[in-house]
Amino acid sequence: MALDQSFVGRSYPPTDPYEVGREKIREFAEAVGDNNPAYADTEAAKALGHPDVIAPPTFVFAITFKAAGQVIQDPQLGLDYSRVVHGDQKFAYTRPVRAGDRLTVTSTIEAIKSLAGNDIVDIRGEVHDEAGEHVVTAWTKLVARAAQPAGEGV
Amino acid sequence: MTAKISYDDVEVGTELPPQTFPVTRATLVQYAGASGDFNPIHWNEKFAVEVGLPDVIAHGMFTMAEAIRVVTDWVSDPGAVVEYGVRFTKPVVVPNDDKGATIDVSAKVAAKLDDNRVRVDLVAKSADQKVLGMSRAVVQLA
Repeated sequence: MALDQSFVGRSYPPTDPYEVGREKIREFAEAVGDNNPAYADTEAAKALGHPDVIAPPTFVFAITFKAAGQVIQDPQLGLDYSRVVHGDQKFAYTRPVRAGDRLTVTSTIEAIKSLAGNDIVDIRGEVHDEAGEHVVTAWTKLVARAAQPAGEGV
Repeated sequence: MTAKISYDDVEVGTELPPQTFPVTRATLVQYAGASGDFNPIHWNEKFAVEVGLPDVIAHGMFTMAEAIRVVTDWVSDPGAVVEYGVRFTKPVVVPNDDKGATIDVSAKVAAKLDDNRVRVDLVAKSADQKVLGMSRAVVQLA
Protein backbone atom coordinates (compact mmCIF):
# COMPACT_ATOMS: atom_id res chain seq x y z
CA MET A 1 0.00 0.00 0.00
CA ALA A 2 1.54 3.29 -1.06
CA LEU A 3 1.38 5.99 1.59
CA ASP A 4 -0.34 9.30 1.01
CA GLN A 5 2.19 11.82 -0.35
CA SER A 6 0.16 14.70 1.09
CA PHE A 7 1.68 13.85 4.50
CA VAL A 8 5.09 15.11 3.35
CA GLY A 9 5.88 18.27 5.28
CA ARG A 10 3.40 17.52 8.03
CA SER A 11 4.64 18.45 11.52
CA TYR A 12 3.30 17.05 14.75
CA PRO A 13 2.87 19.03 17.98
CA PRO A 14 5.94 19.22 20.25
CA THR A 15 6.15 16.45 22.83
CA ASP A 16 5.91 17.01 26.56
CA PRO A 17 9.38 17.69 27.99
CA TYR A 18 11.66 14.70 28.64
CA GLU A 19 13.90 15.36 31.62
CA VAL A 20 17.38 13.89 31.12
CA GLY A 21 18.54 12.20 34.33
CA ARG A 22 22.18 11.69 35.20
CA GLU A 23 21.49 8.13 36.29
CA LYS A 24 19.74 7.41 32.99
CA ILE A 25 22.84 8.66 31.17
CA ARG A 26 25.04 6.47 33.37
CA GLU A 27 22.78 3.46 32.73
CA PHE A 28 22.95 4.02 28.97
CA ALA A 29 26.74 4.48 28.98
CA GLU A 30 27.15 1.28 30.99
CA ALA A 31 24.87 -0.60 28.60
CA VAL A 32 27.12 0.29 25.67
CA GLY A 33 30.22 -0.39 27.78
CA ASP A 34 31.49 3.18 27.48
CA ASN A 35 33.39 4.45 30.50
CA ASN A 36 34.15 7.93 29.14
CA PRO A 37 34.20 10.05 32.34
CA ALA A 38 32.21 12.84 30.64
CA TYR A 39 29.13 10.61 30.97
CA ALA A 40 29.39 9.90 34.70
CA ASP A 41 31.70 12.36 36.41
CA THR A 42 30.47 15.96 36.67
CA GLU A 43 33.95 17.30 37.32
CA ALA A 44 35.36 15.50 34.30
CA ALA A 45 32.54 16.91 32.16
CA LYS A 46 33.20 20.41 33.51
CA ALA A 47 36.89 20.06 32.73
CA LEU A 48 35.83 19.58 29.09
CA GLY A 49 33.73 22.74 29.24
CA HIS A 50 30.31 21.18 29.80
CA PRO A 51 28.07 22.43 32.62
CA ASP A 52 27.19 18.89 33.69
CA VAL A 53 27.60 15.27 32.58
CA ILE A 54 26.73 14.80 28.92
CA ALA A 55 25.03 11.90 27.17
CA PRO A 56 26.60 9.65 24.54
CA PRO A 57 25.85 10.82 20.99
CA THR A 58 23.12 8.26 20.28
CA PHE A 59 21.38 8.57 23.68
CA VAL A 60 18.83 11.04 22.32
CA PHE A 61 17.43 8.45 19.91
CA ALA A 62 15.25 6.99 22.66
CA ILE A 63 13.60 10.40 22.97
CA THR A 64 13.26 11.22 19.28
CA PHE A 65 12.05 7.74 18.39
CA LYS A 66 9.37 7.87 21.04
CA ALA A 67 8.31 11.21 19.56
CA ALA A 68 8.30 9.66 16.09
CA GLY A 69 5.61 7.36 17.46
CA GLN A 70 3.19 10.16 16.69
CA VAL A 71 3.99 9.62 13.02
CA ILE A 72 4.32 5.86 13.11
CA GLN A 73 1.02 5.41 14.92
CA ASP A 74 -0.87 8.07 13.00
CA PRO A 75 -3.86 6.05 11.78
CA GLN A 76 -4.34 8.49 8.91
CA LEU A 77 -0.84 7.78 7.61
CA GLY A 78 -1.37 4.04 7.96
CA LEU A 79 2.23 2.83 8.25
CA ASP A 80 2.33 -0.91 9.01
CA TYR A 81 4.66 -0.90 12.00
CA SER A 82 4.87 -4.70 12.15
CA ARG A 83 6.88 -4.53 8.90
CA VAL A 84 9.09 -1.59 9.83
CA VAL A 85 12.88 -1.75 10.01
CA HIS A 86 15.32 1.05 10.71
CA GLY A 87 17.02 2.12 7.48
CA ASP A 88 19.21 5.12 8.26
CA GLN A 89 19.88 7.29 11.28
CA LYS A 90 21.61 10.64 11.46
CA PHE A 91 22.15 13.29 14.11
CA ALA A 92 23.34 16.91 13.85
CA TYR A 93 24.23 18.49 17.17
CA THR A 94 24.28 22.12 18.24
CA ARG A 95 25.48 20.87 21.63
CA PRO A 96 25.53 17.54 23.46
CA VAL A 97 22.51 16.47 25.50
CA ARG A 98 23.28 16.83 29.22
CA ALA A 99 21.85 15.96 32.61
CA GLY A 100 19.03 18.26 33.64
CA ASP A 101 17.93 19.04 30.10
CA ARG A 102 14.19 19.20 29.58
CA LEU A 103 13.85 18.33 25.92
CA THR A 104 10.91 18.60 23.57
CA VAL A 105 10.78 17.02 20.13
CA THR A 106 8.93 18.28 17.09
CA SER A 107 8.57 15.58 14.45
CA THR A 108 8.09 16.32 10.76
CA ILE A 109 7.60 13.95 7.86
CA GLU A 110 10.35 14.93 5.41
CA ALA A 111 9.74 12.41 2.67
CA ILE A 112 7.60 9.46 1.69
CA LYS A 113 8.72 7.08 -1.02
CA SER A 114 7.58 3.80 -2.41
CA LEU A 115 10.36 1.57 -3.70
CA ALA A 116 9.85 -2.01 -4.88
CA GLY A 117 6.74 -2.26 -2.73
CA ASN A 118 8.49 -0.91 0.36
CA ASP A 119 7.13 2.20 2.04
CA ILE A 120 9.95 4.52 3.08
CA VAL A 121 9.31 7.36 5.50
CA ASP A 122 11.88 9.97 6.53
CA ILE A 123 11.15 11.63 9.86
CA ARG A 124 13.02 14.64 11.19
CA GLY A 125 12.93 15.28 14.93
CA GLU A 126 13.99 18.74 16.10
CA VAL A 127 15.07 18.66 19.74
CA HIS A 128 14.95 21.86 21.79
CA ASP A 129 15.73 22.59 25.42
CA GLU A 130 13.58 24.42 27.96
CA ALA A 131 14.89 27.79 26.78
CA GLY A 132 13.79 26.96 23.25
CA GLU A 133 17.38 26.56 22.06
CA HIS A 134 18.18 23.91 19.47
CA VAL A 135 20.10 20.92 20.84
CA VAL A 136 20.07 18.26 18.13
CA THR A 137 18.20 17.20 15.02
CA ALA A 138 17.61 13.51 14.40
CA TRP A 139 16.74 12.05 11.00
CA THR A 140 15.23 8.58 11.02
CA LYS A 141 14.50 6.57 7.90
CA LEU A 142 11.94 3.82 8.42
CA VAL A 143 11.30 1.13 5.84
CA ALA A 144 8.04 -0.84 5.93
CA ARG A 145 8.91 -3.92 3.94
CA ALA A 146 6.62 -5.35 1.34
CA ALA A 147 7.67 -8.98 1.60
CA GLN A 148 8.92 -11.20 4.42
CA PRO A 149 10.88 -9.13 6.86
CA ALA A 150 14.63 -9.54 6.92
CA GLY A 151 17.33 -7.29 8.20
CA GLU A 152 17.61 -5.42 11.41
CA GLY A 153 14.66 -4.05 13.28
CA VAL A 154 14.29 -0.85 15.18
CA MET B 1 34.41 21.61 23.75
CA THR B 2 37.97 20.52 24.12
CA ALA B 3 39.02 17.80 21.78
CA LYS B 4 42.35 16.22 22.57
CA ILE B 5 43.29 15.99 18.89
CA SER B 6 44.51 19.05 17.03
CA TYR B 7 43.27 19.80 13.53
CA ASP B 8 46.82 20.54 12.42
CA ASP B 9 47.97 17.09 13.51
CA VAL B 10 45.66 15.12 11.24
CA GLU B 11 45.61 14.58 7.50
CA VAL B 12 43.21 12.98 5.10
CA GLY B 13 43.89 9.29 5.62
CA THR B 14 44.87 9.55 9.28
CA GLU B 15 43.63 6.35 10.92
CA LEU B 16 41.90 6.35 14.28
CA PRO B 17 42.78 3.50 16.67
CA PRO B 18 40.47 0.61 15.69
CA GLN B 19 38.46 -1.21 18.34
CA THR B 20 36.56 -4.46 18.73
CA PHE B 21 33.38 -4.43 20.78
CA PRO B 22 31.92 -7.69 22.14
CA VAL B 23 28.17 -8.22 22.14
CA THR B 24 26.38 -11.10 23.86
CA ARG B 25 22.74 -11.83 24.61
CA ALA B 26 23.29 -10.28 28.04
CA THR B 27 24.58 -7.11 26.37
CA LEU B 28 21.39 -6.89 24.31
CA VAL B 29 19.14 -7.35 27.32
CA GLN B 30 21.03 -4.61 29.14
CA TYR B 31 20.82 -2.30 26.10
CA ALA B 32 17.10 -3.02 25.72
CA GLY B 33 16.53 -1.85 29.28
CA ALA B 34 18.72 1.23 28.99
CA SER B 35 17.31 2.33 25.62
CA GLY B 36 13.71 1.26 26.12
CA ASP B 37 13.77 -0.78 22.89
CA PHE B 38 12.23 -4.12 23.83
CA ASN B 39 11.64 -5.42 20.31
CA PRO B 40 11.79 -9.23 20.78
CA ILE B 41 14.02 -9.72 17.72
CA HIS B 42 16.81 -8.53 20.04
CA TRP B 43 16.31 -11.16 22.76
CA ASN B 44 13.81 -13.83 21.67
CA GLU B 45 15.29 -16.37 19.27
CA LYS B 46 11.95 -18.01 18.52
CA PHE B 47 10.41 -14.69 17.56
CA ALA B 48 13.44 -13.66 15.50
CA VAL B 49 13.36 -16.85 13.47
CA GLU B 50 9.61 -16.54 12.96
CA VAL B 51 10.05 -13.15 11.31
CA GLY B 52 12.74 -14.49 8.98
CA LEU B 53 15.95 -13.62 10.79
CA PRO B 54 18.77 -16.16 11.19
CA ASP B 55 18.88 -15.62 14.97
CA VAL B 56 18.61 -12.83 17.53
CA ILE B 57 20.21 -9.66 16.18
CA ALA B 58 21.70 -6.63 17.91
CA HIS B 59 19.81 -3.35 17.99
CA GLY B 60 20.96 -1.21 15.07
CA MET B 61 21.25 1.67 17.53
CA PHE B 62 23.54 -0.45 19.71
CA THR B 63 25.91 -0.92 16.79
CA MET B 64 25.69 2.79 16.03
CA ALA B 65 26.51 3.59 19.67
CA GLU B 66 29.56 1.29 19.63
CA ALA B 67 30.94 2.54 16.32
CA ILE B 68 31.14 6.18 17.42
CA ARG B 69 33.24 5.17 20.43
CA VAL B 70 36.21 4.93 18.07
CA VAL B 71 35.74 8.66 17.50
CA THR B 72 34.85 9.72 21.06
CA ASP B 73 37.75 7.74 22.54
CA TRP B 74 40.06 9.41 19.98
CA VAL B 75 39.03 12.98 20.80
CA SER B 76 38.22 12.34 24.51
CA ASP B 77 35.36 14.85 24.47
CA PRO B 78 32.18 13.22 23.11
CA GLY B 79 30.79 16.74 22.74
CA ALA B 80 33.17 17.18 19.79
CA VAL B 81 30.86 15.06 17.61
CA VAL B 82 28.95 17.56 15.48
CA GLU B 83 27.24 15.15 13.09
CA TYR B 84 26.89 11.39 12.99
CA GLY B 85 24.97 9.23 10.56
CA VAL B 86 24.80 5.59 9.50
CA ARG B 87 22.88 3.24 7.24
CA PHE B 88 21.92 -0.13 8.70
CA THR B 89 22.94 -2.53 5.96
CA LYS B 90 23.33 -5.94 7.64
CA PRO B 91 22.29 -7.20 11.06
CA VAL B 92 24.77 -8.18 13.77
CA VAL B 93 23.74 -11.76 14.52
CA VAL B 94 24.25 -12.69 18.19
CA PRO B 95 24.25 -16.44 18.92
CA ASN B 96 23.19 -17.79 22.29
CA ASP B 97 26.60 -19.01 23.44
CA ASP B 98 29.24 -17.71 25.79
CA LYS B 99 31.02 -15.84 22.99
CA GLY B 100 28.30 -13.88 21.23
CA ALA B 101 29.53 -11.68 18.42
CA THR B 102 31.97 -8.84 17.90
CA ILE B 103 31.65 -5.51 16.15
CA ASP B 104 34.97 -4.47 14.62
CA VAL B 105 35.24 -0.76 13.96
CA SER B 106 37.90 1.12 12.03
CA ALA B 107 37.87 4.76 11.00
CA LYS B 108 39.92 7.32 9.17
CA VAL B 109 39.87 11.01 8.42
CA ALA B 110 38.18 11.38 5.04
CA ALA B 111 38.15 15.17 4.66
CA LYS B 112 39.39 18.29 6.39
CA LEU B 113 36.59 20.82 6.63
CA ASP B 114 36.38 24.47 7.69
CA ASP B 115 36.46 25.63 11.32
CA ASN B 116 38.85 22.88 12.47
CA ARG B 117 36.35 20.18 11.66
CA VAL B 118 37.06 16.86 9.98
CA ARG B 119 34.88 14.21 8.45
CA VAL B 120 35.63 10.72 9.73
CA ASP B 121 34.44 7.68 7.78
CA LEU B 122 33.78 4.57 9.84
CA VAL B 123 33.73 0.91 8.86
CA ALA B 124 31.86 -1.47 11.18
CA LYS B 125 32.04 -5.20 10.54
CA SER B 126 30.68 -8.30 12.23
CA ALA B 127 31.59 -11.82 11.08
CA ASP B 128 33.64 -10.11 8.32
CA GLN B 129 30.57 -8.41 6.87
CA LYS B 130 29.96 -4.70 6.81
CA VAL B 131 27.03 -3.95 9.11
CA LEU B 132 26.92 -0.18 8.65
CA GLY B 133 27.04 1.79 5.42
CA MET B 134 27.57 5.50 4.85
CA SER B 135 28.85 5.69 8.40
CA ARG B 136 30.25 9.16 8.85
CA ALA B 137 30.88 11.65 11.61
CA VAL B 138 31.85 15.30 11.55
CA VAL B 139 34.14 16.09 14.47
CA GLN B 140 35.27 19.39 15.96
CA LEU B 141 39.00 19.27 16.61
CA ALA B 142 41.15 21.63 18.62
